[in-house]
Amino acid sequence: MNLMTGSQVENAVHQQTGGVENTPLKMRGRKVNVFYGPKQALFGVDLDVRQNQVTALIGPSGCGKSTFLRCLNRMNDTVDSARVEGDITLDGENIYDPKIDVVELRARVGMVFQKPNPFPKSIYENVAYGPRIHGLARRKADFDGIVEKSLQRAGLWSEVKDRLHEPGTGLSGGQQQRLCIARAIAVSPEVILMDEPCSALDPIATARIEELIDELRQNYTIVIVTHSMQQAARVSQRTAMFHLGNLVEEGPTEKMFTNPDEKRTRDYITGRYG
Amino acid sequence: MGEHTVSSFDQELDEIDRLIVQMGTLAQRMVGDSTKALLSADERLAARVISEDATLDAFQRDLDARVITLIGKRQPMAQDLRAAVGALRMAADLERIGDLAKNVAKRVNAVGRTPVSETLSNSIEAMSRVVQDAVSDVLDHYTAHNAEALQALRVDDEKIDIRYTAIFRELLTYMMEDPRVITTCTHLLFCAKNLERIGDHVTNIAENAYYVTTGLQLPAKRPKRDETMPAASVS
Repeated sequence: MNLMTGSQVENAVHQQTGGVENTPLKMRGRKVNVFYGPKQALFGVDLDVRQNQVTALIGPSGCGKSTFLRCLNRMNDTVDSARVEGDITLDGENIYDPKIDVVELRARVGMVFQKPNPFPKSIYENVAYGPRIHGLARRKADFDGIVEKSLQRAGLWSEVKDRLHEPGTGLSGGQQQRLCIARAIAVSPEVILMDEPCSALDPIATARIEELIDELRQNYTIVIVTHSMQQAARVSQRTAMFHLGNLVEEGPTEKMFTNPDEKRTRDYITGRYG
Repeated sequence: MGEHTVSSFDQELDEIDRLIVQMGTLAQRMVGDSTKALLSADERLAARVISEDATLDAFQRDLDARVITLIGKRQPMAQDLRAAVGALRMAADLERIGDLAKNVAKRVNAVGRTPVSETLSNSIEAMSRVVQDAVSDVLDHYTAHNAEALQALRVDDEKIDIRYTAIFRELLTYMMEDPRVITTCTHLLFCAKNLERIGDHVTNIAENAYYVTTGLQLPAKRPKRDETMPAASVS
C-alpha cells in the first residue's frame, strides 16, 4: 500500500475542499478614496472581487463598507457631495472612465438594498421593467420568459405564479426582497451588490435569501454588506473587514472567522469592539 | 485579550477555563494515586480513585453543557470559537485520563495484598511522576497561553514512550527469571501501558491548546515507534 506523507495528505484534502485563491478576478479596486464634501470616507482601499464568489464586507457602522459597495456600480454618483478617486475596474475596464454608460454599468452591476423597495406596480411589471428600459426584449412571450426565469432563480416563482398582476407591495417582506432580487437579475447582470439584504427580514426569510445567494453564485458574482457576522461566515467565500474608512484585512472567510490576522478584526468579530 | 462588550460572555468563557483546570487537577491526582495504590496495595486509595472518576465525568458533562449553551447563545468567533471547541476536546481527553487511572486502580486487588517489591515499583513510580508532571504542565501552559511550551510538551511525550519501552523489557526479564511474578508483572505492564496512553492524551491536549492559543495546527504528528512490537508487525 502506498502511504502519503503528512503534507501530501493535507494537500490532497485541501484540493478536495477547493481553495478559492485561483478564481479569476471580476472587479478590482485600487487606491479607492471617497469623500463626502470635505469628509473622507474611504482611504486608499485595494480590494479584489473574484468571479462566482460571494465577497462579504463587514465592519462597524460608518466604517465605509457600504460606501465601497456603492462605488462598484457608481451609486455614489447620485450623491452630489460625493467624490471618488482611484481605479475600479470591471473585467479590466475602468468603470469611472467618462466613456462608460452608467445606466449600462448598473445593468451589469445590479443592486439589492437593505429595505425591500419594489416599484408600486404589479409583480410582473417589477421584473419586466428593467428588461423593457434596456431593450432586452420586444415580444410579450419574451418578457413572459424573462419574468418567469428571473422569479424562478429568485426562488419566488411558485409563490407568485398565480398572482403576477397583483401589486408587488402586497407581498411579505421576505417575498418583496426576493422580488427585488428577481428584478435585479432580470437584466442579466454579472455582479450583484447587496446592502444588508436581510436586515429587515425574519430568520426564515433570511435563511431563504441566504440559500438563494448560494445558488446565485453559480451564475453571478456577489458582493454583500452585512452586519451579521454569522451571515458573512455562512454565505461568503471571502470576507473583507473595514474600519474607519480603511480596509483592515481581506481573506478566505473560513480563516477570517477562525483565525484573523489583525487585532481589529478579532476584536470586531468576537464582540470586543468599542 | 480585551474584554467583550457583553461582560457575561467573558464570565462564561472564564468558567469553562476554570472547569478545564479543575478537571486537570483532579485527573493528575488520580494518576498519582492510582499508581501509588497499585504499588502499595492500598485498597482504600484505589476506591477513592474509582469514585473520583465519577466526579471527573460529572465535570465533563457540566463543561459540555456550558460550551453548548455558549455556542448557542453567543455564536463565538475566532479565538472564542477555538476556545469553546478546544475546551470540549480537552475535556474529553481529561476524562479519558481519568478512565485510565481508574483502570489502574481496579487492578489493586488483582496484584495481591502485599506491596510490590521495590525493584519492580521504582521504574513505574518514576514514570508515573513524569506523566503527572506532563498533565499539570499542559494545563499550566494552556492557562498561560504559552504556545512554545505546548509545542515542546508534544516532543516530551517521546520520553514517556521510552520509559514505557524500558519498563516493558524490565518486566519481561523479571517474568522470565521467576514465573511466580507473572500475574503481578502483567498488571504492572497494563499500568505502564495506561500511563503511556495518558501521555498520548496529554499530547492531544497540548495540540488542542496550541490551536486554541495560536489558531494554527501543529504539523502532522512525528512518526511514532512502539519498540515493544516486533518490527514485522509495524505497518
